[in-house]
Amino acid sequence: MALKMVKGSIDRMFDKNLQDLVRGIRNHKEDEAKYISQCIDEIKQELKQDNIAVKANAVCKLTYLQMLGYDISWAAFNIIEVMSASKFTFKRIGYLAASQSFHEGTDVIMLTTNQIRKDLSSPSQYDTGVALTGLSCFVTPDLARDLANDIMTLMSHTKPYIRKKAVLIMYKVFLKYPESLRPAFPRLKEKLEDPDPGVQSAAVNVICELARRNPKNYLSLAPLFFKLMTSSTNNWVLIKIIKLFGALTPLEPRLGKKLIEPLTNLIHSTSAMSLLYECVNTVIAVLISLSSGMPNHSASIQLCVQKLRILIEDSDQNLKYLGLLAMSKILKTHPKSVQSHKDLILQCLDDKDESIRLRALDLLYGMVSKKNLMEIVKKLMTHVDKAEGTTYRDELLTKIIDICSQSNYQYITNFEWYISILVELTRLEGTRHGHLIAAQMLDVAIRVKAIRKFAVSQMSALLDSAHLLASSTQRNGICEVLYAAAWICGEFSEHLQEPHHTLEAMLRPKVTTLPGHIQAVYVQNVVKLYANILQQKEQAGEAEGAQAATQLMVDRLPQFVQSADLEVQERASCILQLVKHIQKLQAKDVPVAEEVSALFAGELNPVAPKAQKKVPVPEGLDLDAWINEPLSDSESEDERPRAVFHEEEQRRPKHRPSEADEEELARRREARKQEQANNPFYIKSSPSPQKRYQDTPGVEHIPVVQIDLSVPLKVPGLPMSDQYVKLEEERRHRQKLEKDKRRKKRKEKKGRRRHSSLPTESDEDIAPAQRVDIVTEEMPENALPSDEDDKDPNDPYRALDIDLDKPLADSEKLPVQKHRNAETSKSPEKDVPVVEKKSKKPKKKEKKHKEKERNQEKREKKKAEDLDFWLSTTPPPAPVPAPAPSTEELSVNAITTLKDECEDAKTEAQDEEGNAEGQDQDKKSPKQKKKKHKKEKEERTKGKKKSKKQRLGGEEAAGEPVQNGAPEEEPLPVRA
Amino acid sequence: MIKFFLMVNKQGQTRLSKYYEHVDINKRTLLETEVIKSCLSRSNEQCSFIEYKDFKLIYRQYAALFIVVGVNDTENEMAIYEFIHNFVEVLDEYFSQVSELDIMFNLDKVHIILDEMVLNGCIVETNRARILAPLLILDKMSES
Repeated sequence: MALKMVKGSIDRMFDKNLQDLVRGIRNHKEDEAKYISQCIDEIKQELKQDNIAVKANAVCKLTYLQMLGYDISWAAFNIIEVMSASKFTFKRIGYLAASQSFHEGTDVIMLTTNQIRKDLSSPSQYDTGVALTGLSCFVTPDLARDLANDIMTLMSHTKPYIRKKAVLIMYKVFLKYPESLRPAFPRLKEKLEDPDPGVQSAAVNVICELARRNPKNYLSLAPLFFKLMTSSTNNWVLIKIIKLFGALTPLEPRLGKKLIEPLTNLIHSTSAMSLLYECVNTVIAVLISLSSGMPNHSASIQLCVQKLRILIEDSDQNLKYLGLLAMSKILKTHPKSVQSHKDLILQCLDDKDESIRLRALDLLYGMVSKKNLMEIVKKLMTHVDKAEGTTYRDELLTKIIDICSQSNYQYITNFEWYISILVELTRLEGTRHGHLIAAQMLDVAIRVKAIRKFAVSQMSALLDSAHLLASSTQRNGICEVLYAAAWICGEFSEHLQEPHHTLEAMLRPKVTTLPGHIQAVYVQNVVKLYANILQQKEQAGEAEGAQAATQLMVDRLPQFVQSADLEVQERASCILQLVKHIQKLQAKDVPVAEEVSALFAGELNPVAPKAQKKVPVPEGLDLDAWINEPLSDSESEDERPRAVFHEEEQRRPKHRPSEADEEELARRREARKQEQANNPFYIKSSPSPQKRYQDTPGVEHIPVVQIDLSVPLKVPGLPMSDQYVKLEEERRHRQKLEKDKRRKKRKEKKGRRRHSSLPTESDEDIAPAQRVDIVTEEMPENALPSDEDDKDPNDPYRALDIDLDKPLADSEKLPVQKHRNAETSKSPEKDVPVVEKKSKKPKKKEKKHKEKERNQEKREKKKAEDLDFWLSTTPPPAPVPAPAPSTEELSVNAITTLKDECEDAKTEAQDEEGNAEGQDQDKKSPKQKKKKHKKEKEERTKGKKKSKKQRLGGEEAAGEPVQNGAPEEEPLPVRA
Repeated sequence: MIKFFLMVNKQGQTRLSKYYEHVDINKRTLLETEVIKSCLSRSNEQCSFIEYKDFKLIYRQYAALFIVVGVNDTENEMAIYEFIHNFVEVLDEYFSQVSELDIMFNLDKVHIILDEMVLNGCIVETNRARILAPLLILDKMSES
């Protein structure tokens, strides 16, 4: 035995430790993989030995290798062995390895339950601590269930070090074992008022996370948090609390009213940027929840926007980014106050940092109005030209399209301008968003009827120009635009100026280099165009022209028939035969145009993307029921099933053999009509009138001004959107003049009330150039308005949506370990008193629980009223200390918290003999004790100095070597 | 909530990694390479926040070492930014003039420090003395 021990320690001397491994890897740069596999073999040997020190060393090395990306799951059992070592130095290595590599799928994890339980109840706080830390990384539902009660007990541990850890682990336990939330919640709530600030902060953290997912259950805690917010000076905690309020206010607008004042105070006073940012965020959330009825509503918004402007103007890029981020939140509800900072945001588009530019783009999206859309897009277009790198350029492109198309093209007053912007965008090289532009072109051409003529002329120019064909190799490239162009020219061919010319352009040999799906559209739309030409020629009596068109088709279509793409080939050969037939008829002088164009009669209307999903199930239709009764059932003739489908299906087999008489036919027709009326899938012949777009406010009443274009619509070459900007300006000017005239007349009648009608141009004043007859997308009748498509049923946080105010039932209690397990009873004498203490505790707790329950039931009823009362008292119960800790106060408080720390440290020191920490702290404590007795004034002066020091610390550049400031100060996220 | 905490050097070698939600070992290496790539591609003039998939990355560079923290959308970016510096200050106090080698050779100790500061994805402790207390005791224990 002794020999073995000696042998073990000798072995250990020759083993590599972690440092040797790291050095070795650095020395074997060429054959690193080989060296590591050699090391792993050594480690495997080491793990086979009995000596725990050797094993721990091996596991330590494995942890390093795991970080480098090597799988160490094979050593899971050895890790558990090291975890159960009695010596803390080894134990923590085991727990570290476990926390890095274990997860829910690790099967040996169930072996750890008893070991962890033993460690949790260990007399050494560091054993308990390391077990808790490890547990937070690999807790499974089973572990959570088995250990929930132990961890809950630790939440009331005497040492704050353990308490705060236990509180935080509970969050993971709740997630894995939701049943534990209700029994543990009262204690968690207690911890919000724990004397130790660390524990308090831990509890705030946990409740914040819980409340973020299911805020309504935590509304009753609002008064408590409010108290914490006005009394706490720890910025980390304040940030969390303020964040929590941000989640709560949407549910209770009255809470928001109460918050505004303390929050604005904080905004004014704090020097910590992180806190300022958080306050602004929450004020924004509050203002969003308060729809109206706030007296100094606009004052707070102004304050926020001002502060954000300072952030954005700061030279620190981080602040700039955050400022823009917060600004976008204000934008959603108060676009006006952000719009006044347009200059600043446009300036950010020139920033060197791409993420800042992208944020600024997001903001622009919400800032547009009818008035400034053209200007903003023009600015963006210049950026598109300048932009380096396709990703940013693509982002710009999508943003331009987003901005213009938002809320049903609400801000576009001139669609000619928009089409020309789209056409200009087609000149972008290397973009991957060709399909986006194409989709826009199609959408606008289909939905804005007035623009079709212009769109067609532009599209035919696109078809004619060669540059798009050149880029045809790239998938999703700009050639996608041709898809739209071809379709628009075909579908609305009646608007074409020179149809024959376009027809030729579409039949060019080079078209065959395009991707298959685009060619298919070409082929199909060539026929539409052809049908249109035939009709025109026949009406004009030019038989020769018609025949020439036919000949062109016959000549050129074979190139598509040879296509490798199935779709193109099939369509082309089909159409070729059709055209040949027409040719024969034409030779006999038979008029064919009428019949050919009948092929494409009728109009295609857009269908909303979710239309299919929204179709309501007709009353009486049971989709799960049998359509035909199973055969064994006897059929009775008189049976009249309610469902329409039933009727149809049952009748058919019966009547088919016999010829239906006149009466039967009439009945069937009736039935069919009824079915059609009930059938949402049936496409009716004409769209019902109420589907027309009617939402644009006041569009109908605005007199439509016909624009008198001085320039011909068809611009040779590619159009320039700038022209339309100028035209639009002129048009608006004219409109304004007219209005002013009218106004003057009115004024003369009314008398002198000038101030009320200053000639300010607001959004509503601008009438769109085209009659914005935007066809809405079709939806089935009685579509369900609900929009529940986005909810995820697998959200793990749903399980935590539990009413916490209900009294606890006995069945809900956490499973308590009934009998001590073998391992604890075997533990050395030193443990015994502690174990007894622990085993008594739960009993006491239970008693307490029952008492509490009784009290709680009484309290519950009151609670709801209490919250109401608290919220309805509008002037906040004047928080005794000034709600906003100024820099001075901050540091004073830092000192007072320090005192707490020292006392803490002292008690801890008493608990542990020969504790280094205690000695360390004692050296400093006399100084602080003196301070305690000094007058507050002196503390303040001291505090001022301190605050300066802190500020210095905050200014340290990131790259510089770190200087150690006063070691005792509570580091706050202060940025001066 | 903090989702992961990384220390990666300019060559893309991971020096410390800690995940607060389980990520498969194969995906870890991939994630780490992508993260460091996006950090390296940025200049000093750019802000320290990167939007990456569902995460927001907050990073700081100390000499050749990047510290990158991945958080979800509920975290205050600025606070995390300060927290990284706080962490480095603690390392600096313990190792006195911390270097990359210190971190490599004492990986387990750096983990202890980090575990004292962040637990379960939440910042628990920012006071230097209290963070280092357990570690100092440990050092005493192993000396004796």
